[in-house]
Amino acid sequence: MDCSENRLLTSRRGLLLGGASFAAWAYLPKFARAADGRDPRLIVVILRGALDGLSTVAPVGDPDYAGLHGSIALAADGAHPAIMLDTFFALHPAMPEFARMYRDKHAAVIHAVATPYRDRSHFDGQDVLESGYAGPGRVQSGWLNRALEALPRGERVSSGLAVGPTTPLVLRGNAPTVGWAPVALPQADDDTAMRLVDLYRHRDPALASALSQGLQLEKAASGDDMKRKPGNAVMQMRQVARGAAKLMAADDGPRIAALAFDGWDTHANEGGPVGRLAFLLGGLDGALAEFESGLGERWRDTVVVVATEFGRTARINGTDGTDHGTATIALLAGGAVKGGRVISDWPSLKLANLHEGRDLKPTTDLRSVIKGVLQGQFGLSDRVLAETVFPDSAAARPMKGLVV
Amino acid sequence: MARDSQAALVALNRFGFGARGGASGDLINAASDPRGFVKAELGRRNGVLLEAPGLQSTPQLGQAVFAYQDQVKQAREAAKAATSAEALPAQAPADPKSDTKLRRNLSLNAVMSEIAGQTAEPKPADIAAKPDTMQPNAAAPPPAKPAPQPLNVIQKTFRAEALARLQRATLVECGFTERLVVFWSNHFCISAGKGELARIWAGAFEREAIRPHVLGRFADMLKTVEQHPAMLFFLDNQQSLGPDSRAGQNRKRGLNENLAREIMELHTLGVGGGYTQEDVTSLARIITGWTFAGRQGQLGTPGSFVFNANAHQPGPQVLLGKTYAPTGLAQGEAALADIARHPSTANFIATKLVRHFVADDPPPTLVARLRDVFVRTDGDLKALATALVDSDEAWKAPLTKMRSPYDFLVASGRLLARVPQDPGPYLNSLNLLGQPLWSPAGPNGFPDTSAAWAAPEGIKLRLDIASQMGARLGNNIDPLNLLEFAAADAASVETRRTIERAESRQQALALLLMSPEMQRR
Repeated sequence: MDCSENRLLTSRRGLLLGGASFAAWAYLPKFARAADGRDPRLIVVILRGALDGLSTVAPVGDPDYAGLHGSIALAADGAHPAIMLDTFFALHPAMPEFARMYRDKHAAVIHAVATPYRDRSHFDGQDVLESGYAGPGRVQSGWLNRALEALPRGERVSSGLAVGPTTPLVLRGNAPTVGWAPVALPQADDDTAMRLVDLYRHRDPALASALSQGLQLEKAASGDDMKRKPGNAVMQMRQVARGAAKLMAADDGPRIAALAFDGWDTHANEGGPVGRLAFLLGGLDGALAEFESGLGERWRDTVVVVATEFGRTARINGTDGTDHGTATIALLAGGAVKGGRVISDWPSLKLANLHEGRDLKPTTDLRSVIKGVLQGQFGLSDRVLAETVFPDSAAARPMKGLVV
Repeated sequence: MARDSQAALVALNRFGFGARGGASGDLINAASDPRGFVKAELGRRNGVLLEAPGLQSTPQLGQAVFAYQDQVKQAREAAKAATSAEALPAQAPADPKSDTKLRRNLSLNAVMSEIAGQTAEPKPADIAAKPDTMQPNAAAPPPAKPAPQPLNVIQKTFRAEALARLQRATLVECGFTERLVVFWSNHFCISAGKGELARIWAGAFEREAIRPHVLGRFADMLKTVEQHPAMLFFLDNQQSLGPDSRAGQNRKRGLNENLAREIMELHTLGVGGGYTQEDVTSLARIITGWTFAGRQGQLGTPGSFVFNANAHQPGPQVLLGKTYAPTGLAQGEAALADIARHPSTANFIATKLVRHFVADDPPPTLVARLRDVFVRTDGDLKALATALVDSDEAWKAPLTKMRSPYDFLVASGRLLARVPQDPGPYLNSLNLLGQPLWSPAGPNGFPDTSAAWAAPEGIKLRLDIASQMGARLGNNIDPLNLLEFAAADAASVETRRTIERAESRQQALALLLMSPEMQRR
């Protein structure tokens, strides 16, 4: 089975994800744009678990927002004020780096965006997001890989970079990829552990108590207290980004990378300007900053796309969290982004305007956003984008003007 | 027949290694005839034997160790000679050719790699160095490790034996007979940690002494085990000399009771089984001379069992109230045959078997029934296994036993339909989880109660490993499909919901592997 292909699993503390190995080392064409000598780079960050877009870029100007999002709603005032991006939208205060990029016009937000997927299963939602197909279908290739295949030939540089223990579906396919995982990623994350503790509590109290104690021991050993500490996750995100950026900064380094950050499924105790989501957003913000500093000169030619499988309910649930919803946000960051804008055909949060009476209604197709980025960065044609990269997607026209 | 998923879970998890994923249909097959599904494997006695290309016999392996040790020794001496030659330049050889030859032998590594051959498998840790992974110079690369050594013949053999066993366990339909092999192998355990011979023999011992008798007679297994070079080495009987034997008188060494004690305490009668220290000493005397031929082969083929009459204590011996005439090797064989059918043995084995398969606190009625079967059939292990599967207790008892680390890893591999090609990850995980393959801490084997395997640290580590599996393999699986393969409608609502609600396939797989349905049997 390669039961635990945890090949480096050799010591108590040495549980590692390192040494991921995927496709053979291979080369892909360099797609320097002849016109202006740019050497574009693209990083796709998947946030697994369905990010609450309404808590990340809050429509504080929408009269219904504060009521629906209740105790976790962001506000432009108070102890932890959200950062106003324009007169209507405010950014989560845990993202000062993104705010700075936004002010420098190197970051943009697309709001009320969704893939064509309209149900609420993480697995299927991620399939659609990453495969680029209109529905879940267990396809074994992703849109980013097919985009790689469609690129014009050129000087040889190394191929797409899959960051993490496995290649995310978005980068899987015929075009060769290389893998890299930081050597010291912590093992089971807190979220998985807590879900398991919860299952055991209901089904197997003996295992629940054993696991809880085991986790406590682990925390004690690593100097943490028993409280959930997404701090690890934050460190991890930065570390992953730093490594990926270094690889991509090299002259012959990969021009395209994909990675995934877990933990965005905020059913309970999501938190507002501070709390669990805030920690995670801080990690994402730190990762973006690492990309920026790690890529150095190359940041100028870079676009980072941050996307998630779907959003969360407009109204908070009974446990101060949000359930699976539909529309959410996508973030763009990088020197090549024509930024400083929140791009949105805002549907409003009036009950009548909510998707199925509960979710932010999608008004923008995420595929249009990604197509716009791919076209702006690499010059892929409408036809290739509509037929190969995102099959049967002609109706979702590439969004113009996203890239400088 | 009606389908009974709960009974299928008992069939697959309590008696076997869990359902295989993919198109196996194990759960459906087990559900339609649970007892038949388990018992099907009992009809194929030869199916328990394990043969794989390259697996060698105990004497062959013993000779390989002897040869390896000789070469290491020669290399060391050559190195020493070369060092002293360099220290005295006046004595340096004039012929540059012979100098080169000498230098070639300088490195122990070079010699070891010659022994191991060119086709040494990469060690698990080597994977990180494969050229298709990248290392950013920024993210603090791990400190440079010394170049990996090629595996020596002992390590290679151990891995090949482990792989053969793992592959069999992964591929076999139900796994009942393989579980029996593991049970008996642990009952009559040796430890690979004892030394090079034990390590190279660990797999062969199980293949030669356990497997042929798992569905045969207990007395036959007992005799084969106690005469196997691996057991004689593990419990020091090759050093035991009858005080009055010729060798004993010459060498002023004497009896070693280790094997005799463990035979009665751990292998047959059990503690409190009605034997005294006198009996232990007596049995020790009876089996003096049971040894294996060494590298010189003076007593027989090197690495094979031999009876050394020179080391055997002469005269009759009284054991458990019975006098055994001085018949040499036959004296010990007669003693073992009697111990094998002793009522205490029947009780001890029945209790252990029921504890292993049914519950930490074995139902007394079931233990009594198996003890009777053991006595009535003169230790027919197939009859014993059949009686266990036929019992109602085994099907009614709640699934509360904790899977051992080995069972957990094999069950996970089966569910994921991944046939192991490299034993490394399994061996590493087993080390980590406290059940290093064929290497228990003592001759009593690995513990067999849930408490031992449900310890906090162990569970946390299991979660880490499950998480790794999830991260590596979750991409390509449909977790709900897998739950169907593993438990179908015997899965609890909570488990199903937990998996459905996982935020990624990777997480869902980790949670499935850690679910009570996968951890308990």
